[in-house]
Amino acid sequence: MNAVETLGLNPASDGSLELVLAGEAARLLSSGALLLEGYSALVVADLHLEKGSAFAGRGQLLPPLDTRETLRRLAADTAAVAPERIVFLGDAFHDHEASRRMSEDDRQVLEDLGRAAGLVWITGNHDPEPDGDLPGEAAEEVRLGGLILRHEPQPAPAPGEIAGHLHPCARIATPRGAVRRRCLVTDGERAILPAYGAFTGGLNVLDPAFAGLFARPPVVAALGDRRVHAAGARSLRPDRS
Amino acid sequence: MADAAADSRLLPSRFADWFAAQGWSPRAHQLEMVARAQAGRDALLIAPTGGGKTLAGFLPSLVELAGQPREARRGVHTLYISPLKALAVDVERNLSRPIREIGLDVTAESRTGDTGIARRQRQKVHPPDILLTTPEQLALFCAWEGSRLYFEDLACVVIDEIHALHASKRGDLLSLGLARLSALAPGMRRIGLSATVDDPDVIRRWMGCGDRPVDLVRGPPGAPPEVDLLLSNGRTPWAGHTAQHAMAEVYDAIRKARTALVFVNTRFQAEFAFQELWKLNDDGLPIALHHGSLAPEQRRKVEAAMARGELKAVVCTSTLDLGIDWGDVDLVIQLASPKGASRMVQRIGRANHRLDEPSRAFFVPANRFETLECQAARECIAENRLDGEPLRTGALDVLAQHLLGCACAEPFDEAALLAEVRTAGPFRDLSAADFDLTLDLTATGGYALQAYDRFRRLVRNPEGLWTVRNGETARRHRLNLGAILSPEMLSVRIAQGARLVGGRKIGEIEEGYFEMLDPGDTFVFAGQVWSLAGITGMDVLVRPARASDPKMPSWGGSKFALSSHLARRVRRMMSDEAAWAVLPPDVNEWLGLQRRHSRIVAEDEMLVETFPRGRRHFLVAYPFEGRLAHTTLAMLLTRRLERAGAQPLGFVCNDYALAVWSLKPMDEVDMDDLFAQDMLGDDLEDWLAESFMMKRAFKGCAIIAGLIERRFPGEPRKSGRQVTFSTDLIYDVLRRHQPDHLLLRCARQDAAEGMIDAARLGDLLARVAGRVRHVRLDRLSPFAVPMLMEIGKERSPGQAGDAILAEAESELIAEALA
Repeated sequence: MNAVETLGLNPASDGSLELVLAGEAARLLSSGALLLEGYSALVVADLHLEKGSAFAGRGQLLPPLDTRETLRRLAADTAAVAPERIVFLGDAFHDHEASRRMSEDDRQVLEDLGRAAGLVWITGNHDPEPDGDLPGEAAEEVRLGGLILRHEPQPAPAPGEIAGHLHPCARIATPRGAVRRRCLVTDGERAILPAYGAFTGGLNVLDPAFAGLFARPPVVAALGDRRVHAAGARSLRPDRS
Repeated sequence: MADAAADSRLLPSRFADWFAAQGWSPRAHQLEMVARAQAGRDALLIAPTGGGKTLAGFLPSLVELAGQPREARRGVHTLYISPLKALAVDVERNLSRPIREIGLDVTAESRTGDTGIARRQRQKVHPPDILLTTPEQLALFCAWEGSRLYFEDLACVVIDEIHALHASKRGDLLSLGLARLSALAPGMRRIGLSATVDDPDVIRRWMGCGDRPVDLVRGPPGAPPEVDLLLSNGRTPWAGHTAQHAMAEVYDAIRKARTALVFVNTRFQAEFAFQELWKLNDDGLPIALHHGSLAPEQRRKVEAAMARGELKAVVCTSTLDLGIDWGDVDLVIQLASPKGASRMVQRIGRANHRLDEPSRAFFVPANRFETLECQAARECIAENRLDGEPLRTGALDVLAQHLLGCACAEPFDEAALLAEVRTAGPFRDLSAADFDLTLDLTATGGYALQAYDRFRRLVRNPEGLWTVRNGETARRHRLNLGAILSPEMLSVRIAQGARLVGGRKIGEIEEGYFEMLDPGDTFVFAGQVWSLAGITGMDVLVRPARASDPKMPSWGGSKFALSSHLARRVRRMMSDEAAWAVLPPDVNEWLGLQRRHSRIVAEDEMLVETFPRGRRHFLVAYPFEGRLAHTTLAMLLTRRLERAGAQPLGFVCNDYALAVWSLKPMDEVDMDDLFAQDMLGDDLEDWLAESFMMKRAFKGCAIIAGLIERRFPGEPRKSGRQVTFSTDLIYDVLRRHQPDHLLLRCARQDAAEGMIDAARLGDLLARVAGRVRHVRLDRLSPFAVPMLMEIGKERSPGQAGDAILAEAESELIAEALA
């Protein structure tokens, strides 16, 4: 059976894409956040907050605005879907020192989010130690019914797993040209979420890092400017540089 | 001839003896340059190719050095700057002869990116009297701690081919380097050299130090070039850009010439013409190919063979516009549109480096509009009316790079540096506020939040001077400086065996080219047909193919737009029936048909035609303002037509006209409203902000300003072209949170100037306001034929494609004349 049939892909009028993951209803917002409606959980992966300032520390003066932009998106998503909890799928901060570099304004936005919903910080490889000053609780993984939420995907097929870490991107070609976008990648059994941070780049889903994760050819749900677009393996191209 | 007494005052006797031994007498402009130098004046020398221009540039320095004992010299006496590495090396060779033969104790050495480390180190310890280098090397010197000591005795700087440098970011950076040199050596003289200059005043203002005047010295005019149109049996096609119809005649002209240079405008045309000429080459003439995508070793080989006089012809692009002299070239052929008179004079000047004989050139128009353009260019050249470039306003991203460089060399006082920067022509009107913004961009990234104070790249030392934060910052700056940006290039390599392993490299092609090719597709490159095997990392792997009809997607348009001066000529020529007499009969007849079937408008008017065709409706406008301005205009027109309910579907542009097609008729559109100047307001801003052009421009500015680095220390050179971070992400975030950021302003300016030609579009709209002549037709006009031929021709210009095109073309012509 092919992945497209079991996924129940259904574009919604707000630009999001409804899909079924391991039997559970889910909705990918055009921002890259995944809403698990049955559990009122908004899942976001790899925010890499304070990545700009991390580069600045090494001499590349990227704008110190990524945290503000990422949290602005998250606040907008939270206001739109009013989840009971927000699950950060790891690598929420770019490095160990990152949360201490946050501006007061940005920290305030995070605290407001903590009042609007329960925050769950899944630990990733960039942020192994939860910061005691942040609202919410830390966890290594979270189970919601048949779903298991963790940072790094297990190497073998893992039904029900929702993970991040890889920052999937798809390069999609049509006769009119090619575009490269962040995407969710799934075979219907497990899913890898796009990175949510404003300064997070991506890894092409055709990269060997994705090989062996899926039991059958996966489908991508790519983040367009206004809506999510599904695409199959035949439209995917490797990166050219 | 200058009088002998004056000569002897200017030239020491051993110089005069040397001239006499060559059977020469010094030319007036050569002596004039010595006289100006002795009076301590800066000078711009304009002399035709073959006029002893280079020697004139160096003669004052050689004379001065001849009178100086070696022990009295400390640093470099004369710094020569050329836009091309090869030219610096060639001039080193050419200078060595007079130095040796006159018996001067003078050392002249080149220093380019290719110079070995040992020689560069030695040059720093033991400076040569004359150092020959490039603008990028000067920027490196400016960022070196030893620069003050090294240059404090500099007497003279010579800038060669100055017309090719001044109107660009590279020129901005060079002008700042010159300002620095003048600050280090206040007595330093500046000399500019050029063969083709439209407006010497613009260049004098560019090269002068502050208000110091620059004298103009002119060499004798060369013999006027002989330029003819090559008309294939009197028939020029209605459409097309390849001049395929005339290849037999081009081949014949090459056969009869001693050595010919065949110039084209794009690499695609170069490959195409090269293939076509070899198909005809029954005599096995040595005809070579030269363009920017070929591997450097390959290009060097062609240049060397040319220098040895072993080649009959070279098909080339602008890569050979400038360069070392080849005495044997006696014919220049320009295939397809010349685009501008200055470039043509430069190209024609590559033939015959003797002053008293005219250079010979053929223009080969590829279609009938190009016949008009070629004729206009011929007249411009005969009247010596060249196209000029206005004085640039210096780019602030370039200034940011320079400020960091200055701080790497030594601590600076900001007020003193602002005064110094203002002595550079392009930065003379720099406001203190913009200087401060740029300094802040260099120091902290220029963000409104003070978040980066602790990451500053520039800090104030205890004396209040700005200095670089640490050695690491300086090291990284030196790796990343320069204002030349190249697109991401992939190496083309021959695939070895069945596995995808890269073998010998045959050249480089822009990444974007391969978007359209799938493995197995064939294309022509480096004069051969290849099939694409695959792409791994930065390598494109190919195998030789024998396909006789390679798929050959269009390979970038011409990067040159029709110059406004030439465009005006073409409009005037078309509007004036009396002037048609000089045109070939077929073009004459075509203009007559246009008058009968549609309309010929006056020089200051613009013709707009609307007509139905198939199930579509067409609007064709003929502004003659170049492809860039037309593309922007078409983009904005489609937005307006969309709002007017015409349901536009697409558009196509060339240098002469633009065509829009739609589902609904456009006959009733008010054309004066449609072309109203207010489209340059919100419509333009809305479109530009979202366009990929802004992102591309932003990336360039971010790299030049040093916000994003191309290379890290210790990284191999090979991967150096890739930036370390996606600038699109930065662009989006900055636009939302700090829309007034300096780099967004720089990007906006670059996009407006270089990519959308906003100024020219503005001039166009002002010119035609109230003078749009709309003709409603029931079928397409003779002028519209080439425009409709442009539609959809992009994909398959191979042989089969040509047959299809020819068929389609004859149908269209029949339809126009029915």
